[in-house]
Order: sequence, then structure tokens, then C-alpha cells
Amino acid sequence: MSNLIKFKIDGVECMTERGKYIVEAALENGVYIPTLCNMPGVKPKGSCRICTVKINGRLMTSCTTPVADGMEVESNSPEISDLRKSIIELLFVSGNHFCPSCEKSGNCELQALAYLYQMLVPRYPYEFPLREVDASSPYIIKDQNRCILCKRCIKTIKDEQGRSVFAFRDRGHRLEVVMDKELSHEMTPELAELAMKNCPVGSILVKEKGFIEPIGQRKFDKNAIGSDVKL
Amino acid sequence: MKDTVKQIVERYGKDETRLMDILIDTQETFGYISGDATQIMADMLGISRVDVNQTISFYHFFSTSPRGEYAIYLNDSAVAQMFGRQAVKEAFEKELGIKFGEVTADGKIGLFNTACIGMNDQEPAALINNRVFTRLTPYRVREILKHIREGRGVEDLINESYGDGKNSLPSLRSMVSSNIRRKGMILSDDYTYGTVIKEVLPKMSPEAVIAEIKHSHMRGRGGAGFPTGLKWEFCRRSKGDKHYVLCNADEGEPGTFKDRVILTEKPELVFEGMAIAGFAIGGDEGILYLRYEYRYMKEYLEEVLNDMRSKKLLGEKISGIEGFDFDIRIQFGAGAYVCGEESALIESLEGKRGEPRDKPPFPVEKGYLNQPTIINNVETFATAVRIVQNGGEWFTQFGTEDSTGTKILSISGDCMFPGVYEVNWGFNVDDMLNMVGAYDVQAVQVGGPSGTLIGPNEFHRTLGYSDLSTGGSMIIFGKQRNLLKDVVLNFMEFFIDESCGSCSTCRNMTQVMTNKLNKILKGKGVANDLEDLKQWGKVLMASRCGLGQTAGNPIISSLKNFKPLYDVLIQKDKEFDKGFDLVASVQNSCKFVGRVPNFNHH
Repeated sequence: MSNLIKFKIDGVECMTERGKYIVEAALENGVYIPTLCNMPGVKPKGSCRICTVKINGRLMTSCTTPVADGMEVESNSPEISDLRKSIIELLFVSGNHFCPSCEKSGNCELQALAYLYQMLVPRYPYEFPLREVDASSPYIIKDQNRCILCKRCIKTIKDEQGRSVFAFRDRGHRLEVVMDKELSHEMTPELAELAMKNCPVGSILVKEKGFIEPIGQRKFDKNAIGSDVKL
Repeated sequence: MKDTVKQIVERYGKDETRLMDILIDTQETFGYISGDATQIMADMLGISRVDVNQTISFYHFFSTSPRGEYAIYLNDSAVAQMFGRQAVKEAFEKELGIKFGEVTADGKIGLFNTACIGMNDQEPAALINNRVFTRLTPYRVREILKHIREGRGVEDLINESYGDGKNSLPSLRSMVSSNIRRKGMILSDDYTYGTVIKEVLPKMSPEAVIAEIKHSHMRGRGGAGFPTGLKWEFCRRSKGDKHYVLCNADEGEPGTFKDRVILTEKPELVFEGMAIAGFAIGGDEGILYLRYEYRYMKEYLEEVLNDMRSKKLLGEKISGIEGFDFDIRIQFGAGAYVCGEESALIESLEGKRGEPRDKPPFPVEKGYLNQPTIINNVETFATAVRIVQNGGEWFTQFGTEDSTGTKILSISGDCMFPGVYEVNWGFNVDDMLNMVGAYDVQAVQVGGPSGTLIGPNEFHRTLGYSDLSTGGSMIIFGKQRNLLKDVVLNFMEFFIDESCGSCSTCRNMTQVMTNKLNKILKGKGVANDLEDLKQWGKVLMASRCGLGQTAGNPIISSLKNFKPLYDVLIQKDKEFDKGFDLVASVQNSCKFVGRVPNFNHH
């Protein structure tokens, strides 16, 4: 089996097939590396930087870096954990994330990661930016206050002709994810559901369908994110 | 309008990867890209309208609203500020009765800020309808505006003689000065272009060319310093349907302008270098990715390419060598510093937002259109010609052991003779300052904002990859300058504007750090804020590309080398200050509700 290669995560021997990304290979070996922008089966972009690990002294994103034979990956060290916590805090202060009033609470990956990394008060000052809520589509609401610009909707939500319903607008600190007016008016209810499901936070919500599942009984209310990954 | 846009889209074969050209032509034809035009493009390319918009909104020179018959872009780099930009800006605003970012009511003139346009040695400078206007003064502003009102075309707004060197050629007609103040192997006039292609290449194999480049130990001149020979070798070995040679002429690092000068004075050398690279890697096509700020060179560079084609230095079976078919086209950017990052440049070339790619794979394996691609700096290609002409061994006598050859520096700021200097690597900063006539120097920014800010105690250091690495930008600040307010803050704002926004770190941390810097500048800082900045800056190292990783450098490096400048701003009697200005805030809200603030209660 020449296709099998060995590597180490935090000193633990792991094995995987050649060509796999570190994040996938880690999962197979029962090691959880947190992600936000990554989705299984979708080409990774490495934009949230949460899955950053250290390889040979260099910071690399594990969702975009394929495993190499003999690679030694540092993932759960105090340094990397604090870096991840920093990034989570950055995402919190640069948007307006009010968990108690959010429909996604308990199903939100950002919130779940904040709990996992025990974020209390972010070390960075809140920016309280003014952001818009776009409710022009008959099917979904796009709330810019909560968007973390992970690109998951851009990559996965397309119409039958493969056209993107969502896209970036502007750049840098003014960057936003916006909806196509025409396509978001014509989307199917199924696509709307998928858009909400693929959003890791509460930035895309399906209209007229709030709080069906009570807060307290949701996915991450019961178990911490990543806790289903077992050795 | 509709038919024109359709023709433009058809001109580029309804090819989504040529979206940049489609947008540039549309912007130039109409002065903006309307919603209707966007819809036509979306329909013809089979993509959604937001998809077209995400490319439009990424680039500074594209606009979805009219920018005026005369669109004036005034450079706002730190050096422009030092040389009187404020007075020029005020003159524009006063004369026109509008602010920057606005267009006059009659739609005639628009005023916009723009990042460094590569004219740091002749500031303040502005672009007006793609022509460059240098050394502006309030008097010149009034004159230019008067002439515009009289109905003069942009060509006729220039009222001085054209610049030195080739700037006066009929196809350039530019008032830009090349300001070459020291020549070396690249800028010297002792090479007749085409010699290597005609006389040397027919006697060499592609492998032998790569071997000479490797032997020369030349490293990339763009700043990152990757060994050029290795890059070419990797690309040659990569399998693909096509191999591409890209020239990175997107010099956007504030303070650098040497590529502008090389392309003005020695464009043949650059194109010949690209053809040599094409020969070496088995390349099919070359593309010069030129920043839009240099759009005024379009006609001139195309004329040079045509001339080279007519001399059989480009085209099919070059120099009679079977299979050596290679040609070059020019692709313009549209205003985005990050596109100087090689993989962002490729994305832009493919008609997309200039977001850097994840590596691996590297461009030598999967680059432009997913094919093996080399990207080198303008200066690297020019240098390669002299290496292949004289041999790698000859080249190693210049410079130092780890940094061979010469380096072209763009020197600006507080000195007598700003301009372009070609020096051997290993030159030290002290000598450089003496050479350019810089006295009472407080600091030198080496390698532009993403580089290092050094003070006199480090002027003994030498330029080279193992000491002070630089892509060529050297900005000198005299004792009279307020480094933190006029330089560091300006550079940080530049990075905030120019981040692509893709990485959570670079998108947010630059703003968070700048907010903190502003707090300190307002006298609200405490000792802990400095420690915070030091720690927070490290998070940027988790960014994908070089821009993001170095975007905190203005603060990080000034904090390291000029800490006393921060210390004097720090409140000594306080351990904590949230930085909130209660008085200003109360005044502001009182203004809104129409009350008079009463501060006696506080």
C-alpha cells in the first residue's frame, strides 16, 4: 500500500492516503481541527484561518495543505490554541454577534467555537459596525451584522445554470457578501434551506420559519463542537 | 450603449477569463460601468450579475457611477503628503466646490484619492484620464481646471516639455521624469537589444539557459527573493498543455517606481528577458501584467512589441529555432496593490478578484489557467538577459555572495536627488544616503510599508537578502517629519484599503491595530497598549499571503525601532483608558437632538 503515508499531529502517529488535506486526514485519525470556512467536498479557500497549524515552524491552514509523508503537525499547542481564540475574537468584534437573539444560536459554529476556546471577553475592542440587513428576497434574509465572510454560500449556492446567488462586494475591511437580486428572487425553497444550512452563522435565514427547534435543544447546546470526533 | 457593450464582450470572445479587459474597455468608453452594462455582461458570460459586480467592486479604478468626463486621481502616498499634497488637494476642492470622492454637478470633473501611483520622486502627482501630471502646485491646479473649462483635451493640459529620456517619444508624450541617477548593467546603454536572442540562444539548449541562471544565483527582484533559476527549472519540469511566462509589473508598494523607469527606458530588455524565459521553460505565451496607473504607456509598449515582432524577436520560429514560438501581450490591472502578489495577479489575469491563492500548488505547477507558469518581476527579466549574454559566472562578481548582481532602487522622500539608482547589492544605507544627498535623516523605510523602518543606529546595515531585503523602495524621512502620524498611520490606512479581505486576520487586524494607533495618537494611550500592539501583530502571520503577513509592519517595526516616539504619547498616570471620548460623543449627540451640552455635571 504505497498510497498510505504516515504523519504526526501533536506527536500522535497518524496514517492517511496520499493527497488528503490535513483537516480530513486528522478527522480520519480522530483528531479534531476546528474549521469555519471549510466544507467537506467543496474546494477549500483557507479564508477564516481557524484551522491554522504549525508545520516546520510555519503557519499553514490545514484545510488547504495536503499531508506529506512524515509531516509533523502542531495543532493543539498553547500558541496555536491562542491564535485560534484570537481569530474567533476578531470575528466577534468586527461584526455584531448577539447570540441570545439569534435564530442560529446553538447551531452556530462561531458561537460553538467561542465556547470551545472559552472566549469570555474579546481582547480587542468591539467595533460595533453599522451593517445592513437585506430582506429583499421573498425567501431569505441576509443579515450583514452576522456575516463572517467565509464564502461557503458563494461556493455552494448556485442556480440550475450554475450561476452564483451570492458574491463578494468591495474588499478589505469593507468586504461584504451580497445576494443577486434576480437569483435570490427566483431561488427554490430547497435552495433557500440549503443556503441557511451552509451558513456557519446566522447571516442567512429562511423567512417565516424561526425557532422551530427550541434553543437549548440544538446541536451544540447538547455537545461541544468537535466532540463527535473520537479516536 | 447596449450594442457597444455587446461588441466589447464579443471582442474578447465572450470569455469570462477576459473580464478585466471587458471591464476596462467599458469603463474607458463610458466613464463608468452601469447596471445595464453589468447585466449585459452577466447574460453574455452566463454568470450572475453579483458575480460581475464582485470583480468590479474589487478594483479601485472601476466604478458603477460616473467618475466625470475628467477623472482626477490625486496620489495620497506619505511622500505626496510630505511634498505639499494638502495644498493641492485644497486647491482642487476650493476651485470646484466639491470634495474628494465627488463629481461636479455638470458631470465634468471628478476628484478621487488613489494609492501610490509610482511617482514618488516627482510628487504631488495625479492621474487625469490616464495621463500623469507631476509636481503639482495650487497654481497648476487652477491652471489645469481653467484649461479643462475652456474645453481643452487632456493632452493639451500639459504645458511643460515632456520628461527626460524616452518620455518625449511621440507614443509616450509624458511629462514624467525617469530620473536615472546611477546606471549599472541593466540601465546602461552598452547592450543592443536582441543580441542574446539572435546570437546566444541558437547556440544554447533551454537546460543550458536555466543552468546559467542558476549559476548566477540571481534571486527574484520583486521582494520575495526566490532563486530565479530554480523557479524556471520547476516550471520546465511541470507538465501542462501550455506554459506561461508572466511579468509582474504591478509595482504597487508605495515608494517604488523603478519598474516604471525600466519599462520606459529599457522595455526591449524586459521583453527579451521574457522571451528567453519562454525559451528556457518551453513557454507558449508571455503576458505583461501592468498596473493601471501606467496605462499611459500602453501605446508606447505596444509599439515596442510590434517593432520586436517585425525584427523577428517575437513570433514564430524566433531566431530560426524550431519550436521557439513566443509572443507577448499586455494585460492591465485596475488598481489593487494585492495583485502584485503572484497568485493574486494570476486570479486577476483570469478576470477575477485579486485574491491570493492557497499554496501549494505553486504557480510553477498550476498557475495561469491552471497551467505551469513562471512569474517574475520586471527587473528580474531584464537582469536575465545580461546573465545569459555574459554567463552566470560573470554575474557573480557583482554584489555579495548571497545577493549577486545589481539592484535598482527607487529612492524618494527627504533627499536632494530622488530617482532611480542601480547599485551593487551590499551597498550600505549610510553610503546610499550620502549618494542621494540626504542630511539630518530621522528614518529610512526600506522595502516600502511592508518592509522595515530603520533609524540612524542601523544605517550601517547593508542591502541584501540576508540583511536588509528590499524590492527597491527606499523612502527617506528627515528629522522634521512626524513619523507616527504622517508615515505609520498613512501606511496602515493603505493596508486597510488594499487588503483583499479574504483572510479574517488581515481584513480585521489591520483595522484593530490602526484603531489602537489612533487612540495613542490622540493621547489616550496607556503602557499596556504598546504591549497589545506587539502581541496582536503576531496574529497577522496566520494570513495567506505576504501582504497580510506584513500588513502590521508599519506599527510593528516602528514600535521596535522608534519606541520613544510612542512612549512620549503614553499617559504616565493611568494604567487603563478605554479611549472613549465622552465629551466629543456628548457634543455629537446633542448636535443631533438640538440640545446644548452641559458638562458641569461631570
